[in-house]
Amino acid sequence: MGAQLRVYRQKIRSAQTTKKITKAMELIAASRIQKAQARVTASTPYSRAITRAVSAVATYSNVDHVLTTEPEKIERAAVLIVTSDRGLAGAFNSQVLREAEELSELLRSQGKEVVYFLVGRKAVGYFAFRRRSSERQWVGSSENPQFDLAKDVAEAVLEAFLRDAADGGVDEIHVVYNRFVSMMTQTPEVVRLLPLEVVEGVEEPDSTVQPLYEFEPDVETVLDALLPVYIESRIFNALLQSAAAKHAATQKAMKSASDNADKLITDYTRLANEARQAEITQQIAEIVGGADALVVAK
Amino acid sequence: MASLNVSVVSADQEVWSGEATMVVARTVEGEIGILPGHEPLLAILAGGEVRVTLAGGEKITANAEEGFLSVQSDSVQVVASRAQLV
Repeated sequence: MGAQLRVYRQKIRSAQTTKKITKAMELIAASRIQKAQARVTASTPYSRAITRAVSAVATYSNVDHVLTTEPEKIERAAVLIVTSDRGLAGAFNSQVLREAEELSELLRSQGKEVVYFLVGRKAVGYFAFRRRSSERQWVGSSENPQFDLAKDVAEAVLEAFLRDAADGGVDEIHVVYNRFVSMMTQTPEVVRLLPLEVVEGVEEPDSTVQPLYEFEPDVETVLDALLPVYIESRIFNALLQSAAAKHAATQKAMKSASDNADKLITDYTRLANEARQAEITQQIAEIVGGADALVVAK
Repeated sequence: MASLNVSVVSADQEVWSGEATMVVARTVEGEIGILPGHEPLLAILAGGEVRVTLAGGEKITANAEEGFLSVQSDSVQVVASRAQLV
């Protein structure tokens, strides 16, 4: 067997092995999307109920709450970046990090200092590599986020928000995450979480007039309890969306990797065939040439 | 007879939903019973049991922690970050 042919066969084999791996990852991701999506759907009744309650309080009370009032001067803004723990998801993480950079740029141009809260190993790695500091990091559970994680994040974010700007607190909180639009599209989304503007992207606000509620024990206390819960549910939603989007992005990336491996295999098979033909042709030529030489020599 | 449309919702799923005749829950101010025709209400739950009485007289009990109760035109929502049926 010729050297050229052996090289081609080797390349074919290597592409085949890679294809097996990417194919398997594609299938795994595909099965996980369903589950992740189901979790997003399962959590909507909760966020819908909370949104409705918050808007009920907001419309029927003129209470100024610390979480809803715009500070006069915003000195420092926090950005919560939600990425995944693992790569192999195409542009999934880079697009969210790019979006976060653009947002930071914008905030800095408005004269605000930017501090970061990071979710996911990829964001932490990105910051560590650039030797940039961040306030808090959460890693290890972005694939299958639990509500406790959202609670933890919300707590940290709220704590920073309620602290005075002089003590290193922040006056504004943004979230950057990937939203699951469809199997094919995941778009990075930037949302300002605090100070609150009560709008829900998931659902159209129902046009029916909200009735006059009675509050127990009173409006302030209800609002006090409700708003942090609202923040939690928004963060939880962002985490779930990001997890679903990650699986979809992985599936897409692995599918194109498998397709590419297929193409490589076809190309190399063609080249290998060509090399084999050339080898045979050469051997025939040699034999014919040899026979001719023998005839002439006789 | 009018009935209540009840749903018990936790952060990651809808725990229970259906028709009922009465809901009893514990708010921070004490126990409260909700019958059809109750005025709109938004209350903070104190954590503990929520008892739902069905039309047939059966009772369903759920544990709800850190949540609130919202009543509006005969629809009752028990919303808690953690809730499960007992």
